[in-house]
Amino acid sequence: MEETAMEDGDHSRDREVAPALIAIHPTQESVAVAVGSDLRVFDLHNGCPISLVDDSSEPFHLDSIRVIRYGAKGKLLVTAGDDKLVKIWNTDTRRCIYTVSSEKRVSAVAISNDGLFVCFADKFGVVWVVGLDGLHETQTLSSKKAVPILAHYCSIITSLEFSTDGRFIASADRDFKIRVTVFPKKPLDGAYEIQSFCLGHTEYVSCLAFVCALEYPEGFLVSGSGDSTVRLWDIASGSLLDTCEVSAEAGLVESNGKEDECCFAITDLCAIPNSSLVAVAIQGLPGVVLLSCNLSDKTLSIFKVIYIEGEAFIPTGLGTSSSAEFLWMVTGVSNLQGSDSTSLTRVKAISGLTKINPDSGELETTVLEDNDVPGGMQLLEKLQGSASIKEEVFLAAAESVKIAMRNLLIKKQYSVERRDFRKRGRNDRKIKH
Amino acid sequence: MLKNEANPNISKTTRLPRKRFYRARAHSNPLSDSHFPVPISPSHVDYSLCYPQLFPPSKQVGNSKKIQFADIGCGFGGLLISLSTLFPETLMIGMELRDKVTEYVKERILALRVANPGQYNNVSVVRTNSMKYIPNYFEKGQLSKMFFLFPDPHFKEKNHRRRVISPHLLDEYAYALGVGGIMYTITDVEELGEWMKACLEGHPMFEALTDEELEADLVVKLLSTATEEGQKVARNGGQTFRAVYRRIVPTI
Ligand SMILES: C[S@@+](CC[C@H](N)C(=O)[O-])C[C@H]1O[C@@H](n2cnc3c(N)ncnc32)[C@H](O)[C@@H]1O
Repeated sequence: MEETAMEDGDHSRDREVAPALIAIHPTQESVAVAVGSDLRVFDLHNGCPISLVDDSSEPFHLDSIRVIRYGAKGKLLVTAGDDKLVKIWNTDTRRCIYTVSSEKRVSAVAISNDGLFVCFADKFGVVWVVGLDGLHETQTLSSKKAVPILAHYCSIITSLEFSTDGRFIASADRDFKIRVTVFPKKPLDGAYEIQSFCLGHTEYVSCLAFVCALEYPEGFLVSGSGDSTVRLWDIASGSLLDTCEVSAEAGLVESNGKEDECCFAITDLCAIPNSSLVAVAIQGLPGVVLLSCNLSDKTLSIFKVIYIEGEAFIPTGLGTSSSAEFLWMVTGVSNLQGSDSTSLTRVKAISGLTKINPDSGELETTVLEDNDVPGGMQLLEKLQGSASIKEEVFLAAAESVKIAMRNLLIKKQYSVERRDFRKRGRNDRKIKH
Repeated sequence: MLKNEANPNISKTTRLPRKRFYRARAHSNPLSDSHFPVPISPSHVDYSLCYPQLFPPSKQVGNSKKIQFADIGCGFGGLLISLSTLFPETLMIGMELRDKVTEYVKERILALRVANPGQYNNVSVVRTNSMKYIPNYFEKGQLSKMFFLFPDPHFKEKNHRRRVISPHLLDEYAYALGVGGIMYTITDVEELGEWMKACLEGHPMFEALTDEELEADLVVKLLSTATEEGQKVARNGGQTFRAVYRRIVPTI
C-alpha cells in the first residue's frame, strides 16, 4: 500500500482509470459530473448547460478528477484530483475563485459547514486546509497556500467528512482506519486533538457519510469498505455500533456466488437528508441498496434493494440534494479501454425516497426513464456527453467499469522486480536537496 | 514446556538467548510494506498471548488490566527488562519493526520468566510498525508512559517523515497517553534531539517536565543506561540529548 502512496513520481505507471463522480447542489440548482479530467455541470433551475469560467487555465483539470463536491450551502463547488490542483468555484458567478496547488495528488475534499475552510487530503495521507476569508462578490482569482493539519501515516486517504455539527472531521484510509479529529476554531494552527479512532473494518475504507439525528448533534458516522460491510459508529467514543454485511444480507452473494468477494466492495455512500436512510453503491450490483439506520437501537439494516432493470448500470457515484427529492447516480470511467471516444458516462435518477406509503410502510421508489429525469434529455446530453448511448457500447462499458473499479479498489500487490523497477523510476528520490 | 536445551540460539550458561544469532539489518524502512498480523482494534489484542501467566487463556474474565507502558522501537529490550521489575504491577509492551530483533526479545523474556519464576510476567513484545498501528493496540488515554530511546535518526530531510517523532505522529501519541502520561525521548544524535524537543515543544498537548520533576523520576535515570543502544553510547563516551514531556489538556 505504501507503494501506491508513493506513486506520484512514477510516470511509467499504467494510466489509472478514474470512476465517474456526481455531485448535486444542495437546493438542486445544478448537477455536476466529472469523468477523467472532464467537468460537466448542468443548470437544473434554468434547464441549460453551465459553462464554468477559470481565468487561470483551460482545460480546468489536466488529469483525472477524483473529487467534486458542493459546500457552504451551495455557494461553493470544489473539484480536485490527479493534477494536484484543488479548484474552488463560486456557484453564483460560476467562476473559479481559488486554485490551490497540492504537493501530491488529491484524493478527498471536505468543506467546513460555514464555508470558511476547504480541507483536502493527498496520496501521502496528509490533510491540508485553506482558509477562504468569506466569499466576496467582487472576488477575483487568487491562489492560496494550504497548510497541513493532520496526517495518516503514509496511507491514502479515501474520504473526508465534517460531522453534522461541524465540530469534527472524519478521515478514512486504505489501512482500515477512520480517524475522528476535533476541528479547531483556528484550523490553520493544526488539528491535533484526536477524538477517536473507529476501528473494525478489515479492508480499506472507501467512503464515509454522516446520518443526522436530532438528539445527537454530531450525527452518526457510517462507513463503507472493501470488506463488503457498512458500519455504524459513535464518533465520540469510536465505538462500533453495528455492522451490516450488505451483500450477504441483501442476498447478493447467493444470486452471484461465483464472483469473487471484492465484487461486493462498497464503492459509495449517500446519506438521505431528513431521513435515517443511507443509499449504498456496491461493486457488482446494478442498483442501490437502501440501508435504514435505527438511531435509538443503534442498528443498520437493509431497507430495500432497488434494481435497475434493463441495463447493466452499476453506479460509481451517488448524490442527492438536501430535499432528497431524487437520488442521482452516475456510472462510468475515464480512459475506457477499447473506446477512443470521450469518456463514457451514464446518469440516472430515482424518485420517491421521501414518500412512504402510509398503508404498506414502504417507499415507493421509481427509477426514472430518461425523459423523466429532471432536466430531461438536455441534461443527459450534457452530463453523459451524449443523449443516447448505444446498447452494446454500454454493455461493454459496464464490464470495463466493473473490472476497472475492482482494480482501483484492490490494494496493489507488486512483484519484487516490479517494485524495484518502480523504486528506480521514482521521482521523489531524484529531488536534490 | 520450554525446550531450551535443544535450542542452539540459547546460551547454555546464562540460559538467555544469544544476541549474535539474532543479528539483523541495522535499520528498517518504516515506509516499506511488511507482513505481520495487526489487531483490528485494541479490544482484539490478545493479552493471553502476551501475558500468559496473568491472563490464562481459559479464563477470559477476571483480569481487566491494560497495557500502560509502551517502548517504541524497543530494540533488544533492555529498558523493558529493567522496568519489568521496577513496576511489577504494570503491564508493558515493546513495539519493534525488525522481525529477528522481536524474536530475540521474545526469547529473552521467556528465558527470564523461566529463570525467575513469578517475575517478568508483565512484559511482552510485538512486531509491528508503531508509526501505523498504535491506535490498533491502545485505546484513548490508555498509556501512562511512552518511550522513544535512541530512535533511528533518518538524517536526510526528505527522510524526516520516517522519524518516529514528528508533529503529526505526536497527535497519535497524545491520543494514546492519558492526561499526565509521560513521553520519554533520548538520543545521541544532537540534531535529532533538537528535532524531538522542537516537535514536543510545539505541540499543544505536551509540556516539558521541570528539572525537579526529572530529578524525582526514577525512570529518567534508566533512559541512558538501560538499553543496549544507551550502553553502547555510554561505552563510547557519547553525549545524549533528552526530552521528557507530559501529556496535558490543550488550552483552547
Ligand atoms: C537504534 S534502535 C534503538 C533500540 C532501543 N530503543 C535501544 O535504545 O537500544 C531503533 C529501533 O527502532 C526500531 N524501529 C524503527 N522504526 C520503527 C517503527 N516504525 N516501528 C517499530 N520499531 C521501529 C528499529 O528496528 C530499531 O530496533
